[in-house]
Amino acid sequence: MEEAVEIQQKIYRKKKVLPGFGITFGFMMIYLSLIMLIPLSTIFITTAGIGWEEFWKVITDKRVVESYKLSYGASFIAAVIDAAFGFLTAWVLVRYNFPGKKIVDSMVDLPFALPTAIAGISLTAVFASDGFIGQPLSYLGIEVIFTELGIIIALAFVGLPFVIRTVQPVLEEFDQAVEEAAATLNANRFQIFSKVIFPSIRPALITGTTLSFARALGEYGSIIFISGNLPLKTEITPVLIMSKLEQYDYGGATAISIVMLLTSFIILFSINFYQWWSNRHK
Amino acid sequence: MVSEYKISALKEPGYIRLTLIITAVLFLTIFLVMPLVVIFNEAFGKGISNFFNSISDPETITAIKLTVFTTVISILLNLVFGLSAAWAITKFDFRGKNFILTLLDLPLTISPVISGMVFVLLLGSNSFLGSLLNQFGIKVIFAVPGIILATTFVTLPYIVRELIPQMQEQGREEEEVALSLGANGWQIFLKVTLPNIKWGLLYGLILCNARAMGEFGAVSVVSGHIRGYTNTMTLHIEILYNEYNFTGAFAVSTLLTLLALITLLLKTIITKKF
Repeated sequence: MEEAVEIQQKIYRKKKVLPGFGITFGFMMIYLSLIMLIPLSTIFITTAGIGWEEFWKVITDKRVVESYKLSYGASFIAAVIDAAFGFLTAWVLVRYNFPGKKIVDSMVDLPFALPTAIAGISLTAVFASDGFIGQPLSYLGIEVIFTELGIIIALAFVGLPFVIRTVQPVLEEFDQAVEEAAATLNANRFQIFSKVIFPSIRPALITGTTLSFARALGEYGSIIFISGNLPLKTEITPVLIMSKLEQYDYGGATAISIVMLLTSFIILFSINFYQWWSNRHK
Repeated sequence: MVSEYKISALKEPGYIRLTLIITAVLFLTIFLVMPLVVIFNEAFGKGISNFFNSISDPETITAIKLTVFTTVISILLNLVFGLSAAWAITKFDFRGKNFILTLLDLPLTISPVISGMVFVLLLGSNSFLGSLLNQFGIKVIFAVPGIILATTFVTLPYIVRELIPQMQEQGREEEEVALSLGANGWQIFLKVTLPNIKWGLLYGLILCNARAMGEFGAVSVVSGHIRGYTNTMTLHIEILYNEYNFTGAFAVSTLLTLLALITLLLKTIITKKF
């Protein structure tokens, strides 16, 4: 009798399975294959076509190595700037009240919403030697346009929201009762910040910084106007890939791309692993 | 009992708070507001008639039309995909779900230049598929279809990534009740699921729209920069800028900048509805 009820329940449950799996799953797989997987596979096929020796020759070419150094180096510095000012902004937005706070909060996403090409030409105008900020800087002997500094500024611009938007929610959820507990134990403000608040924000800060680094690595639109794209000097890797494509050197373009793609995958994987790890060690 | 000591340990002193606020606001003003001011300043600096001349230039109009056309098609494709994928992923259990979730994030981490490149490799005139299509007189790369494909690829994550967490949170119970009451698939989706996810869906659409209209790198690779034919708004801005027609470049930019500001406004409004 009991068994019969169980079987009946099973049948009932089975009947309750929602419709539409076949068609939605099928469409998803076909779409992903056509738009993403098949196009992406061409990178590996084209690279495989040029052979290992040629591949090595391409990615160790001086111009390519210099572009890697610049891209990784400038992206790293930009990510560190974003980490510092992003953390500060998130802190100010969560902890303090001041007039215009809501507008500031909405404006933070501007680099996400503004097309990168427009960010590029307007930052170039701001920092040009006759621009609002470029003029005072050039009096001090600091040139921004067509230098590494310009690249770093543009990269910091596009990556800024990542840090703020990753840190902000964690800071909002932070239980201030923990701070009170620390205060009753006679901790001062600095100790509470460095030993209680900061450690619980750190995973979010690192994740946000890594995301902004990853974003900066691939950035193209905002850079081409501000950097001058001088080979060996101010030529970032995506611009170099572009110029290889314009010369129909597809093998070279894909070889350079693969190194960048692998870095992106490793970064994504590391973030996931780090989040999993820091959740376990809370 | 709250002691004096404890209060000082819970809040930064006033002067530190003020310094931090001023530093943050100053930084954001220089970094975010200044570029905006410059865009409008450059666009209107040479007079309002110059601005309108640039906007109403036939090449600009063609670029606007192509951008809108591309965006509409990309959004529609990614909307159908986003709804299907979110339905399959959140309402059913199957193997490899995490792998697919990772795949969905991929276009966000790949350089736009690489995103465009893959379509040149797959469908360019040197490729097998490209030369096959050429025999039928179909041109994909350095033509409008390529621009649409690249834009669709780049904007693929935006809608589906908003839908999945929302539908996950809703669970399956409401839909299952509707099913046991005799509703069919479409009825369940339209009357039960859709009302629950409408704000998330709208949010995704807005983000997708902003990115599609503003995409530059990927589109630049596949477009071939043919004036008046494969020129989107952002590509047109680049051409004008490189011709030292700064007023023109910034005039066209104001349109997309307004779109960005509207996007930010809608984002702020919609986030409150979640």
